[in-house]
Parts: sequence; structure tokens; C-alpha cells
Amino acid sequence: MWEQIRSNQIRSVVLTIGMGALLILIGYFLGLYFFDSATGGLIIAILVWAILSLIGYFQGDSILLGMSRAKKISRDDHPRLYNVVEEMKIASGLEKVPDIYIIDDPALNAFATGRDPNRASVAITSGLLQKLNRDELQGVIGHEISHIKNRDVLLMAMCSILLGTIVLLAWYGSRLLFFGGAGSRRSSSSGGGGQAQIIILVVALVFMILAPIFAQLIYFAISRKREYLADASSALYTRNPEGLASALEKLGASTGQLKSANKATAPMYIINPFRRKGMAASDLTSTHPPISERIRILRAMAGASFNDYDQAYRQVHRGGRGVVPAASLAAGTVPISTVKLEGEAGEPNEIQRARETSDAMWRLSNYNTITCDCGAKLRVPPTFKEPTIKCPHCGRTHQV
Amino acid sequence: MPIAAWVVIGIVVVLLIIFIAIYNGLVRLRNQVKNAWAQIDVQLKRRHDLIPNLVETTKGYMKYERETLEAVTKARNIALQASSAGAGERAKAEGELSSALSRLLAVVERYPDLKADQNFLALQEELTSTENKIAFSRQFYNDSVLRYNNQTQMFPSNVVASMTGFKAGEFFEVTVAAEKEPVKVSFTE
Repeated sequence: MWEQIRSNQIRSVVLTIGMGALLILIGYFLGLYFFDSATGGLIIAILVWAILSLIGYFQGDSILLGMSRAKKISRDDHPRLYNVVEEMKIASGLEKVPDIYIIDDPALNAFATGRDPNRASVAITSGLLQKLNRDELQGVIGHEISHIKNRDVLLMAMCSILLGTIVLLAWYGSRLLFFGGAGSRRSSSSGGGGQAQIIILVVALVFMILAPIFAQLIYFAISRKREYLADASSALYTRNPEGLASALEKLGASTGQLKSANKATAPMYIINPFRRKGMAASDLTSTHPPISERIRILRAMAGASFNDYDQAYRQVHRGGRGVVPAASLAAGTVPISTVKLEGEAGEPNEIQRARETSDAMWRLSNYNTITCDCGAKLRVPPTFKEPTIKCPHCGRTHQV
Repeated sequence: MPIAAWVVIGIVVVLLIIFIAIYNGLVRLRNQVKNAWAQIDVQLKRRHDLIPNLVETTKGYMKYERETLEAVTKARNIALQASSAGAGERAKAEGELSSALSRLLAVVERYPDLKADQNFLALQEELTSTENKIAFSRQFYNDSVLRYNNQTQMFPSNVVASMTGFKAGEFFEVTVAAEKEPVKVSFTE
């Protein structure tokens, strides 16, 4: 599984260089057209990209978490979630427990972010948290942790910034080309070469339109492959592919869209937050493989190793190339864990999980919860200043 | 100096660099095995710490389960004593403790009041998670040992390993049959 990370990196580096080449070409055309010199355009393109990348590198995770209004939790806020993350951290051999966030949203989704394994976070929506039982939660968290372990998170963040820069420059560039702008200045300054001028204009225009599309296709290719690998790693860590499969089933059945997601952040989530209902085809313009296919692969696994995942993948795809790099396949046989650990009898049901999650959310919004002897729960808002409060149900008074 | 001498020096330097790289790789793997072992240790200790609390909480509710509770306490004390012993004996003691615990958690089903106790629920979550963590840390330890052993046995790193005294690591096997069997509960009081 360590060789896999390396082979991943090589492939991704090649694809990222492809995107970088697109950025440089855009800068080249912009410069050629607007400043008469390719260098000026190149400098602008690289400067924009560098500034965005620096922001993304140092603040990307806080921006993403802030945008999705995620709240950081400690062990006491939600012991089960905290424990499951710790379990997956141990199984994956990460050195540090990532920060854990809950997004107060009924939509079902989860994502991981952070620039390296030592500064990483996982976030999960409250909707998903109450929907999943322990095994399923383990599968989902295992998937997110393996994004951290395989160092997908930084790469995907950097790729999305590169993509964003290309889209941004192409958008402004093509608008400026259309509506004249600097174009008139250029034609007066260089007199004779009218025809060459038109050719450059047409090439530049076509390129401005195509570049964002190409960049996006490359981006999706990187992202999809990594989703499969994260599924495979999650099955390996938990030794239980059924957990993730069953979680994905629940995720696939929901139709709610996450309010706070946007197109650039979509690949960070465990399922595509913008999917349409019933969409099953794996087309080129999706950041994620179709859920039904991911479930079929997981359920076809005979063991829990990468090798088993690769075979299941081939089986679902009827031959062809596998998805796991060859170097990591030699890991030997890994049985699926059939030993059920004790305590399952006491596993909370969905109502209890919903209660537990909403308690955590109230607490995170600084509400004070008082349980009255009559069984009522009083939620005291942080703006409540009185020293005592009366239970509206039975009339007992409580200290705040 | 003749070219041949330079070539020889070049080859020696390259070999030395390869040797150092392989050696460092082996050290890194061996440290990972050590860390993984320490992690198992942490989780086993955590389980030992949880048990007195668990027994205390359940005692009030379980009037008829004295034997089960005593078995857990006894198994814990044996496991505590075995924590300084070798891996084999230790695995056995911890296995006994696991099966005593699962017997206890199985009879909990018969006490609805206990199952509703907030204190107990929190403890049960901790215990379940600790059991999982023990299993996962053992899994990671065995994976690490496998990788380390592969490195010490495969060419060319096996040459470096035998020259500098890297020995193969020991897997942490569950030898106790009881831990692998499903728990049987007899409903006789």
C-alpha cells in the first residue's frame, strides 16, 4: 500500500504537469495578444496561480471548513464519531488523529482536507452521522482517512486551484477578445500583418474555449481514480467492505444536495454533492465514479486486500485494466473480518443516533442543555442571562 | 589518476549510497514495528483501566451475574500480571479477558434498566471502541511486521540486513480459540 502511494504520485504528477502546460499556453496567448510579448502573459498567469496556490496551501483547509460552516468537535461532543476516527487512524498507521468537524446539514456527505497527514481534518454532515451505524461510519471514515494517508487531499486542492486559475484566465481572456479591449491598440501598433493577426485571434479564441474543458477532464480523471483507491484502502483498513458498501447505498438513496458545496470543492466529498438522481453512467464529466458501481465492486470482493479489490473491479468492468497499481498487489491474502466485536447489541438505533447528534449540535452552538426530572430537555440559549429557569412542562426551577 | 581508478571510486561511492539508503529504510521499518507494538500496549492498558469502572457500574443492576463479573475481574488481574511477560503468554491472558468481557456484555441484554443507564452506555461505547482499537493496532502491527520481514528477506536488502544484524519480527497471533468462537450464552440462573 506504500508503493501504491508512490505510483499514484507519478501518475498524478504527469497529469498535473499537463494542466500546468495548459496554464502556460493560456498565459502565452494572452500575452501575445494583449501585450505583444508572450513573457508578460506568462508572468501574469504564473503570478495569479502562485498567489492562489499559496493561499490554498496555507489556508485552504480553513477556508473550505469555514465555507461549509463546519464545527470542530472534541471527544465529549460525540464520543462514537471521535472513537471511530481514532480506530481508523490506528488501522491506517497515521501518526496524528485528524481534527474532526461536523457540518450541520441534513444532506449526506463527508470530506477530508488538510495539507499533509499532520495537519488534516475530516468533516461529516450531521445528516450522515445519524444515518450510519458503526460499521458504516467506519467505512466512510476509513475512506476519508485514506485520502489523507494517500496524500490525495493536498494534490486535489492544488489541482482544483490550477483548474480555477485556468478557468479564470480563460474567462476574462475570451471576454476581452470578444469585446475588443486591447485588440484595437494592437492592430494600430503593428500595421501590416492583418492576416497573421486574425489567425492568432482565432487560435487564441478557440484555445480559450477549449482549455478549461481539457483542464476539467484531466482533473476528473485524477479525482475518479483516487476515489477507487480510497474505497480499496477503506476496505483494507476496516477488513469489512460491506460497511462502506452499505454506507454508500444509504448515500446513494438520498437526493438532498449539500448547500455549502460548490463545483471546485466537489471532488473532496465522498460522493459527488451535485449528482442528479438516477444518474448511473460513468461519463467523463463526473468527479466520482457512479455509486452503484462502487457498491458492486465492494460487494464482489472475496477478501479485503488491494488484490481482491482489483479483481472485483475487473469483474465488474468485464476485464480490461485494473485500478490498483501493480506494485501494491503483492500484499498476500487478507481475509474479510468475520469476527463481530462485542457491544453490537448495545449499538444505538437511528432515533438514538439522531438524538445524540442533535445534542452535539446544540452544544456546539453554545446551548446549555438541562435535563429536567420530568424527562423534558431544556435548551438554554447562550443569550439567556437569568440565574434560574423554569421547566415549561412541570414547573420545576433549575439553576442555569 | 587513470580513468579506471575513477571508475572504481565511482562504483564504490554508488554502492555506499545504496547501502545507506537500504539501511535507513530497514531502520525506518523496524521503528514502525516498534511503534505499532507500543500502540497495542496503549490500547490493552486502556482496556485494563476501563474494567473496574464497568464492573462498578453493572454491579448494581446485575443481581444474578456475580460469577460473570468475578470472571471479568479475575481475567483482568491475570492480564495485568502478564503485561510484563512475553508476547505469547500475554496474548493468551488478553484473549481470556476478551472472552470474559464478551460474556458479560452478552448478559447485559437481560437488564433493560442497565441498557438505559447513560453511564453504562458511555462505558460500553468506550469498551467497544477499545476492542476495535486493539484489533486494528494488532492488524497494523502485523502488516508492519510483514513489510519489515519482506525487506529483511528479499534481495538486495537481505544482504544489508544480515550484515548489520536485522532480525525478522514476530507476528502477534491470536492463539486463544475462545476469542475466535462466537459467544455462547446460557440462560440458566
